[in-house]
Amino acid sequence: MKNIFESLDKILENRARLQIMSVLVSNDSYDFNSLKELLNSTDGHLASHMKALEKEKYISINKSFVERKPNTKYKATAKGIAAFKKHLDALEALVKQQK
Amino acid sequence: MKEIPEYEKDLASIRNMMERSVKFISLSGMSGVLSGIYAILGAIAAYFMVHYPISPFNQRVYSINDAETLSQLTLIAIVVLTASLVTGFLFSSRKARKYNEKLWNATTKKLLINLCIPLFTGGFFILILLYTGHFGVAAPASLIFYGLALIQGSANMYDEVRYLGFCEIVLGLVSALFPGYGLIFWVMGFGILHVVYGTIMHNKYDR
Repeated sequence: MKNIFESLDKILENRARLQIMSVLVSNDSYDFNSLKELLNSTDGHLASHMKALEKEKYISINKSFVERKPNTKYKATAKGIAAFKKHLDALEALVKQQK
Repeated sequence: MKEIPEYEKDLASIRNMMERSVKFISLSGMSGVLSGIYAILGAIAAYFMVHYPISPFNQRVYSINDAETLSQLTLIAIVVLTASLVTGFLFSSRKARKYNEKLWNATTKKLLINLCIPLFTGGFFILILLYTGHFGVAAPASLIFYGLALIQGSANMYDEVRYLGFCEIVLGLVSALFPGYGLIFWVMGFGILHVVYGTIMHNKYDR
């Protein structure tokens, strides 16, 4: 039991960050505004989570301009995908153990 | 450390996010049924314009050449297409509102691009077929390209769309073996299949 808890990812224990990673893992890339809409989040809230994920190198960022408006696209890195999968496995193991 | 139910919620939210970020779930089954009915009505109108009083199950060996009939047929096609698109849009935006989703989002954009590539390829191909006088294979081609578009788009829709796509392709290929029966195969592909598919989807997801 203890081992499973240890294999949970500290960064992804936060549900918003976990949701962001789920979106990035299942899509090639996703932009800031679409993420904000999908998560029903605010600019500041989402930005702080993105920064945390970026710091861990779980995501990569590509900034560009579309019609003079900044357009920020995020991608999950190989490290981020691996961390997400490990966390997901741990979650499943925990829930399964309970049943 | 969180409690177990919290982890269960985490898992549920992962599933929810993955599905919502990839799939366009606002497409309503009812709009499929209605667009099928429009197609059937359009085909009936076309039948009375072109074939009548010959039975619709007879093979047609002549082509339509007079400009008036052709423009009337084009008008029917445009009315059916517009009615289907408007219905699809209205029902989808209503469903999106119900689930508190935006109709126009990153997924819809991706889906439209994926659908448009085979649809426009097919559209131009059919125009070329008509222009070069290959009337017999125009209807099969439209079914085949529509099926390919559905399979292409099914990555961003409910999985069942894939099966609809396969059915359209098979129907298109069979129809290519029976030139002169284009209208019947059209009714099956765009009418009956849509009604059946829409009913299944409506019962499965919209209730």
